Amino acid sequence: MISNAFSYHTPETLEEALAMLEDGGGKILAGGMSLIPLMKLRLASPESVVDLRRIPGLKAITEEGGAVRIGAMATHHEIEISPVIRGKCPLLGEAASAIGDIQVRNMGTIGGSVAHADPAADYPAALVALEARIRLRSANGERTVEASEFFVDAFTTAMEAGEIVVAIEVKEEEASEGFKYEKVAHPASGFPVVGVAVRVKKSGAGIAMARIGVTGMGPHAFRARNAEALLEGGAGAAAAAAVVGEGEETNSDLYASGEYRRHLARVHAGRAIAAALTRAL
Amino acid sequence: MKQTLTLTINGKSYSDEVEPRLLLIHYLREVAGLTGPHIGCETSICGACTVMLDGMAVKSCTMFAVQAEGRSVLTIEGLAQNGKLDPLQEAFWNEHALQCGFCTPGMIMTARQLLADNPSPSEQEIRHGLEGNLCRCTGYQHIVNAVKAVAKAGGA
Ligand SMILES: Cc1cc2nc3c(=O)[nH]c(=O)nc-3n(C[C@H](O)[C@H](O)[C@H](O)COP(=O)(O)OP(=O)(O)OC[C@H]3O[C@@H](n4cnc5c(N)ncnc54)[C@H](O)[C@@H]3O)c2cc1C
Ligand code: FES
Ligand code: FES
Repeated sequence: MISNAFSYHTPETLEEALAMLEDGGGKILAGGMSLIPLMKLRLASPESVVDLRRIPGLKAITEEGGAVRIGAMATHHEIEISPVIRGKCPLLGEAASAIGDIQVRNMGTIGGSVAHADPAADYPAALVALEARIRLRSANGERTVEASEFFVDAFTTAMEAGEIVVAIEVKEEEASEGFKYEKVAHPASGFPVVGVAVRVKKSGAGIAMARIGVTGMGPHAFRARNAEALLEGGAGAAAAAAVVGEGEETNSDLYASGEYRRHLARVHAGRAIAAALTRAL
Repeated sequence: MKQTLTLTINGKSYSDEVEPRLLLIHYLREVAGLTGPHIGCETSICGACTVMLDGMAVKSCTMFAVQAEGRSVLTIEGLAQNGKLDPLQEAFWNEHALQCGFCTPGMIMTARQLLADNPSPSEQEIRHGLEGNLCRCTGYQHIVNAVKAVAKAGGA
């Protein structure tokens, strides 16, 4: 399994990287955990590969003014063990820990995962539930896209040609919030058949805030806003879980039909809501 | 087009002209002559090709050798010192943690990071930590026992 030939570059700045990608024949290499398998199968045959690993600062995980900024090149493992993530957006850390295996988490990056936009990736469920913002850089400057608008379709994002994901920004989860990422892993690939990320904030006996992100069920991750509204309106966890995925498109394959995926999303939304509630203060 | 690759493997420095598409596992086995890391699936699943890159377990079939430029690689060949097995190798031996041995070099590398990250893992944590390494022979129990034995004896 040997890929087609390519030239390999390790730019030292973002500007240099953008210039190298200008002609459209190049591909960014981050952790390589999705790109290299595709290149080995020759499903991707870029003329040049632009490895971002030498660009300083792209890995940093920092916190400022109630927001956490995660550099695109931060690996899944760096995210799962980061004290900033643990303290300020633990839901994202929980999703990171659920990805693949340790070898994949050591190499794979959050920027690569969102750019690749696998319909069964783990992060997107957490990112839409966290109302994360994806920061993109191009020759024309920087812009930000909301996670719920970033994942457009399977392997398709709101990114334009020539754009690089530079960071993901997430508002801090409040300390009183409860959170949970629930995943039904495919027995062979380990990718989620369905993954559900939940955040809840209690107020007295009720729920003041609920966010539910779902991945794997359809062509892209989505927020189950109907279920969130039911929870916030006091309808209870069972009633809310029962409407998750209503009206959303589903994916179907040999392992799981669309209807089964929707069923899984509901069952696991129910479990994730219950678990998040027990963690909420 | 070939380019120069310079890296450290098991403490020794190597420099070779390689094509960028050469996978690290092929570089290690065919250029550097280190056949400890195995090729099982060649599709990022089995973990037989696992080596350590700057102290982290990676699947060397899913990395281009040029990505290791300037970095430090540890393979199973680098563990024993002066003919003395390292604690994980010793424990795999004592606990019968291998049958055919094909998965062992990768399994030990992943276990090394597991113990470095978490010196006293629970059984569940060991199983989670070794998810990226498949073994067709042992049924895993003795592998888990070997990792536990090293943890109990004070680490790798
Ligand atoms: C065995 C195995 C199991 C896995 N299991 C899971 C799992 O359970 N859950 C899960 O979510 N994922 C899983 N993955 C995928 C893994 O998380 C990848 O790391 C991730 O999808 C891609 O990240 P990367 O850094 O490796 O990107 P790469 O493979 O380097 O790149 C992926 C794509 O994104 C582009 N790209 C990369 N970085 C950027 C950037 N900063 N800006 C713009 N474009 C960019 C590349 O050009 C390429 O097209 C698994 C992978 C393997 C090999
Ligand atoms: S040979 Fe690399 S994971 Fe199987
Ligand atoms: S001992 Fe044979 S594959 Fe593990």
